[in-house]
Amino acid sequence: MRSTIFQTAAMYLLPILLLFSFFLLLRGHYYPGGGFVGGLVASIAFVLHSFAFGTDKTLKVLRYNPLALIPVGLGIAALSMFMPVLFGLPVMTGLWLDEPIPVIGMIGSALFFDIGVYLVVIGVVLTILFTISLYTH
Amino acid sequence: MLFTVLSGLITSGLLIPFGKFFRSKWSAVLAILPIVLFIFFASHIPAVSNGNIIYQHLNWVPSLKINFDFRLDGLSLLFSLLITGIGSFIFIYASSYLKGGLYIDRFYGYLCLFMSAMLGIVLSDNILLLFVFWELTSISSFFLIGFNNHHADSRKSAITALSITGLGGFFLMAGLILMSQIAGTYSIQELMGSAELIKNHELYPVVIGLVFIGAFTKSAQFPFHFWLPGAMKAPTPVSAYLHSATMVKAGIFLLLRFTPILGDTPAWNYTLMIVGGFTMLYAALHSLFRTDLKGILAYSTISALGILTFLIGLGTKEALIAAITFIIAHALYKAALFLITGIIDHETGTRDVTQLSGLRKVLFPVFIAGLLAALSSAGLPLSFGFIGKDLIYEATLNAEQNIALYLTIAAVVTNIGLVAAGFLAGIKPFTGKLNPAHATVHLPYKSMWIPPLVLALLGFVFGIFPGIVGKAIISPTVNVVYGQLVEMHLKIWHGFNTVLILSLVTLVAGAIIYLINQPNAKKLTQLGRLDFMAPETLYTKLSGQIVQLSTWYTNTMHNGFLRSYLLKIIIFAELLLAYELIKGGPIYIDYSKLSAISVYEAVIVLVLIGAVYLTITTSSRLSAVVGTSVIGYAICLIFVYYSAPDLAMTQFSIDTLTVVLFVFVLFNLPSFINFKGDKIAKIRDSIVALAFGTILSLIAIKVLQVPTDIAISKFYGEFAYTLAKGKNVVNVILVDFRGIDTMFEIVVLSIAGLGVYSLIKLRLKASEKE
Repeated sequence: MRSTIFQTAAMYLLPILLLFSFFLLLRGHYYPGGGFVGGLVASIAFVLHSFAFGTDKTLKVLRYNPLALIPVGLGIAALSMFMPVLFGLPVMTGLWLDEPIPVIGMIGSALFFDIGVYLVVIGVVLTILFTISLYTH
Repeated sequence: MLFTVLSGLITSGLLIPFGKFFRSKWSAVLAILPIVLFIFFASHIPAVSNGNIIYQHLNWVPSLKINFDFRLDGLSLLFSLLITGIGSFIFIYASSYLKGGLYIDRFYGYLCLFMSAMLGIVLSDNILLLFVFWELTSISSFFLIGFNNHHADSRKSAITALSITGLGGFFLMAGLILMSQIAGTYSIQELMGSAELIKNHELYPVVIGLVFIGAFTKSAQFPFHFWLPGAMKAPTPVSAYLHSATMVKAGIFLLLRFTPILGDTPAWNYTLMIVGGFTMLYAALHSLFRTDLKGILAYSTISALGILTFLIGLGTKEALIAAITFIIAHALYKAALFLITGIIDHETGTRDVTQLSGLRKVLFPVFIAGLLAALSSAGLPLSFGFIGKDLIYEATLNAEQNIALYLTIAAVVTNIGLVAAGFLAGIKPFTGKLNPAHATVHLPYKSMWIPPLVLALLGFVFGIFPGIVGKAIISPTVNVVYGQLVEMHLKIWHGFNTVLILSLVTLVAGAIIYLINQPNAKKLTQLGRLDFMAPETLYTKLSGQIVQLSTWYTNTMHNGFLRSYLLKIIIFAELLLAYELIKGGPIYIDYSKLSAISVYEAVIVLVLIGAVYLTITTSSRLSAVVGTSVIGYAICLIFVYYSAPDLAMTQFSIDTLTVVLFVFVLFNLPSFINFKGDKIAKIRDSIVALAFGTILSLIAIKVLQVPTDIAISKFYGEFAYTLAKGKNVVNVILVDFRGIDTMFEIVVLSIAGLGVYSLIKLRLKASEKE
């Protein structure tokens, strides 16, 4: 199914959905959202793109194999988890900057943890779906 | 002392990367390790023989009271010297014995591991630490017995040995834990102080029963003895080291170690005397019928272990002195005999006594060693074996009046058997006419025949000057085991008395039996007819049945069909939940607490019912998937309606992706499936599904009638902003309060992703190969 309307829509929907997913990720600490649901929305964006253009094209847009996102995400989450140890605090203690950053708001270790979750979710969902779609025919 | 235990473990570890340097003749260099350890222990002889006990304490897991507590007293010193001393000879011997072998480095790795584990057992002052090393000896001996792993026989023997000693270890652990629960400590030193408390406790019989099973399995006492002859499949240096001098003596060590804590009660004494007595007679008799040299030695070892158990059971001062003297005498001559057997096997290629004769002409120094070892084992005057045997008779004669006679007879009969067995293994291959097939046999490397010769000679050096070992080692050991200072002097000559007469009778009778009894294959076959009631047969049958049981279990419970797994999991959950519901009392609905049904809710429920109907009636897989996704979206709407936006959002995304996933997977399956064919399955599934729905609904109602504890929600609500600076409580819980959970969840998620990835890729490669 290669519909022009669908392809055109998907092309614009991809950045919009990604932006939306990032928005969900950032606002998670104060309003409904968070890394998990953000990651799912981002995955949906890529899946939609792959429906319109085929998995190979989506992988090109992604540039990196989604598998690589898993260790990166796990690493970021683990780093934010162990960061407080460097300051002599127990593992997973929340560390926060004193002043909020414009647009983004308060930045703390919890945000980085959420980013880790976000990346892992994208990595896992896309790995599973793309592997199945590519290798089972 | 920690370093003595660790040095072997470290060497063993270093052999993994650097092993290839030791595959040549350089492997003998590794003998430096046991030699250095031997010198270290020997340097402590003066201090220990004065009655000092050296302690070392290092924290390991203090919260569990498992610490590196070591003690060096007479008993541990004796065993440490045996382990490192005989170990040194074995290390040297093996480098020639296994010359040209592919995995010599691996062999030495196992050997070092084993030596460390043994040292750990004898030096531990903490029973949990002792147990750790105990298990380590079982594991390392598994690798050593199965070293020739290309032979099915070797692998089978290794598994038998591991399962028997491992089983025993399991019981031992229970016994040790029970004992420490009674006394409130894991320290052997402190346990000795609470000996009376343990002995008077109502669980005392259970404790000694469990400890006995541990010791009997390790020290090959009847009915657990059969793994030892099987273990003779190991390379001969291993048999000499593990199955004569050290590992099998671990059980004996355990009994000696616990004598001051558990010993000297009728239950302890009689059990050990009966089991040890039966084992020594049974095995001595058996050894006369073997034709395999190592088989003879294996059974005579079991018999010797029986004697030791028996003497510990006797428990008198004389008996303990005899036991400890006999340990040394036996270790010396048995290790020598094993090493000699190894040389014969190595040079002639056979261990069958009926094939071997006249080898003295070609292997003269080996013959001398064999002769000396056999004479020491026979207890010829001037040998250390003679002193050991004298002490045994002295102990049995001095036992309680009413049993002394029977004990002495049992000891004499056993020793007659051992004399004959010793001659059979140490002298028979060398006498008579040389078998023409072995005319070209030549003497092996010096590193092979010197160790047994030295060991056999030591048997006579100690025999002529028994005072040396007596004062240095035996006396402090008996002090530890007997619990009080014992004055003792080992002498060559005890005067002309009953003991001497018994000794001579034993020697003569043993020699006569050796001359009359000619073991051959025919006798062995006849003996084989009794195998149906041997413990080994029972063990084989039992393990066969266990395999059958597990095959049946695997086939029924783990058949690889997803639908079968789901069915079992759901039924199991239903049973558990139903049980809890029934136990929880009556269920009622408090209508006053329920709010009125709104139009939205009614519409959503109608959609739900329609979707369910579509899912279960459709004959197309895709329609079923669409049906389930509609159900999912309808549930999301309910979440939205009841103000759970986080949940709804996540559920929406998940549902969407699930549909995509289903479509991808279904794409590879046949589009149509005939459900009508299997009516029974359909009825079964609907019953299970209805039951599950009913139970969950009942639980939902039940939840309403149980007063809610909102302390937790209150805590999160209150502190989400003050502690974690977040206003979205759900998210704060996920990334902060219970962040470690989330961390593990994403790890699990990653594993699942990698699993799918590798499974699909793997299957592709397999099909490419075809």
